[in-house]
Amino acid sequence: MKALIDPQKCTVCGVCEDVCPVGAISVGETAATVSDECTLCGMCVDTCEFGAISLPQVGTGPKDDLSAYRGVWVFAEWRRGTIHRVSYELLSAARKLADKKGVPCAAVLLGSDLDAAAPSLLEYGADTVYVIDHPNLADFTDEAYANSLVALVREKRPEILLAGATTMGRSFIPRVAALLQTGLTADCTDLDISEEGLLLQTRPAFGGNVMATIVCPNSRPQMATVRPRVMRPEKDARNGRIEKVTLPEEVFQTRVEVLQVIPEEDVTAKLSEAEVIISGGRGLQKAENFHLVEELAQLLKGAVGASRSAVEEGWAPPSHQVGQTGQTVAPTLYMAVGISGAIQHIVGMQGSKVIVAVNKDPEAPIFDVASCGVVADLFEFVPAFIQRLKREG
Amino acid sequence: MKIVVCIKQVPDAKNVRIDPNTHTLVRQGVESIINPFDLFAVEAALRLKDRHGAHVTAITMGPPQAEEALRDVLSRGVDDAVLLSDRAFAGADTWATATALAAAVRKMGDVSLIFCGKQAIDGDTAQVGPELATILDIPYATFVKELNLDGPDHLKVVRRTDEGTEVWRLPLPALVTVLREVGDPRVPSLKHKMRAKKATLPVWGIQDVGLDQDRVGLSGSYTQVVKVFSPPRRADRVMLQGPVEDQVEQLYRYLKEAKVPGL
Ligand SMILES: Cc1cc2nc3c(=O)[nH]c(=O)nc-3n(C[C@H](O)[C@H](O)[C@H](O)COP(=O)(O)OP(=O)(O)OC[C@H]3O[C@@H](n4cnc5c(N)ncnc54)[C@H](O)[C@@H]3O)c2cc1C
Ligand SMILES: Nc1ncnc2c1ncn2[C@@H]1O[C@H](COP(=O)(O)O)[C@@H](O)[C@H]1O
Repeated sequence: MKALIDPQKCTVCGVCEDVCPVGAISVGETAATVSDECTLCGMCVDTCEFGAISLPQVGTGPKDDLSAYRGVWVFAEWRRGTIHRVSYELLSAARKLADKKGVPCAAVLLGSDLDAAAPSLLEYGADTVYVIDHPNLADFTDEAYANSLVALVREKRPEILLAGATTMGRSFIPRVAALLQTGLTADCTDLDISEEGLLLQTRPAFGGNVMATIVCPNSRPQMATVRPRVMRPEKDARNGRIEKVTLPEEVFQTRVEVLQVIPEEDVTAKLSEAEVIISGGRGLQKAENFHLVEELAQLLKGAVGASRSAVEEGWAPPSHQVGQTGQTVAPTLYMAVGISGAIQHIVGMQGSKVIVAVNKDPEAPIFDVASCGVVADLFEFVPAFIQRLKREG
Repeated sequence: MKIVVCIKQVPDAKNVRIDPNTHTLVRQGVESIINPFDLFAVEAALRLKDRHGAHVTAITMGPPQAEEALRDVLSRGVDDAVLLSDRAFAGADTWATATALAAAVRKMGDVSLIFCGKQAIDGDTAQVGPELATILDIPYATFVKELNLDGPDHLKVVRRTDEGTEVWRLPLPALVTVLREVGDPRVPSLKHKMRAKKATLPVWGIQDVGLDQDRVGLSGSYTQVVKVFSPPRRADRVMLQGPVEDQVEQLYRYLKEAKVPGL
């Protein structure tokens, strides 16, 4: 299968030929043609101004009665006593989707000793909070979490199931989707309902250089993980209720043994959770200078990130690396200090809300993605900025 | 012990850019690289082989030119490689990809350990590994940064989570997805390069792995791309000029206005 060209609409303008990442399109005399190299990535479709290109449809036809599935669900991420913020964000988004469809909205809370945690979910728009409380869920394991969630989904049949694109969500939600034999879209940044009532799942691809909107037409539930901090949590309490769920004991069994859970005390290491990240690169010149970045991060209560060069120099541990082979982050503030902005770095941080770049080279590519560029010698600018922050108290 | 490493050829990030003037996608040359996380997966497998002895097979599902990626990892010391290639595989989502890989792993038989990268840098989904393990009904651990055998039929891993680290013990067969911390990829050696050059690589199509047309590729996928577009460009950039003291004051005010927390 390959992209389809409507020769009636094709104007042989050649734009698609330039856009195809695998060189599968060639423009002939009367219309463009697609070779077998086509990977159906869809990049050409949207760049065609004339609507001449389309992709063939997915083939897996409905397995069962799709209309039997109803309601929008959110997996509420519980971590040893607290509910992760992304769950409230998702619940607010789910509430809106549910209202648009005129269906109920629910949260599913998994963990152990959950009585204190469950009520807060009602404040963010859940009609029902399903609580699966079991000692085996005190520690996270993919199998026990996925198997118990799947058991409940099979019983109640929601049409949409959302979870945070956290390490937990990205780990066990694919198992949920595979067990339910349904589609899953990773790391979405926007959700909506189409005219036909399908969940429109929009996410970045190719390192954020393109956006793709994806649907799951023929299987249920429609599943997505959603990037933390892109949706806004909004309180919206509606007389919801809490329902404790009992499931057969075998769904809580797992083949994995959790030997140790070591929480990282050091907030500067928790990149994926941080609202503020200050990252340092080779421009810092030596290990001792890296403290400038650390001090700035401390003052702004943020985490410390690093470019690969800085990690390779040994100024920061690998777990702090941001970018293609490091972590993908999207904090409220990302500040790049002495980082040139190589594409491999940029793909890991360009989703950040505010990007400040400090670099003495005005041509540095980091300024292409910055929302605020500071062309300065970091050894003058950063200490002065630290003083300014301290002055404010 | 039989180990399988799943690798994927991806377009080099450098090739996929937005033209800042026309605001359309541009590609300069068609260059592919091995997904960087998969090179870490290869390295993790080879280190296990160095320590305990093992037979390491690389597999990729992709177009015929993905053979290049397989020869690359052979030159780094992987023992043999299989190319899963068939027109019918085109357009696969993560489910259809995992279905095809699972069929190939079953055909190999008796595999103790499967390595995947944390995610592929083109799709960034991180779903194929967990889905593959689920289809094969074996346990798995994601985001692994350290691993070793623990007795003859268990694996001990250290995985990174949002809160810190966790140590898990899994019975074999199992699957892990790895981070760069497992070790930097070794460079190709002369000896292995020669072998890689001469090696004949089996190419398996859907019949070879016993799958029907409608279970693979786009036909076997649950998700459908309906639209691909360029991300909105940020039009709000400010450049701070002037002496350092002024820049400091401007940035301070800028961050206050942007309501950056911590200020
Ligand atoms: C497969 C692959 C994967 C990769 N993955 C990653 C990844 O995940 N993350 C990553 O970061 N990189 C990654 N890289 C590496 C990437 O290509 C760059 O080499 C790296 O990001 C550069 O780091 P840097 O910006 O700190 O260093 P440089 O490129 O050396 O930039 C240093 C910058 O500091 C500025 N500077 C110097 N002195 C001063 C001063 N006194 N004041 C102000 N500014 C100053 C300079 O103008 C320069 O712009 C990867 C590369 C490959 C091939
Ligand atoms: N076509 C493929 N062939 C072989 N392995 C793959 C393929 N696609 C994905 N993988 C493996 O699955 C991992 C995660 O990919 P993804 O889910 O696409 O982010 C990769 O790092 C590879 O190890």
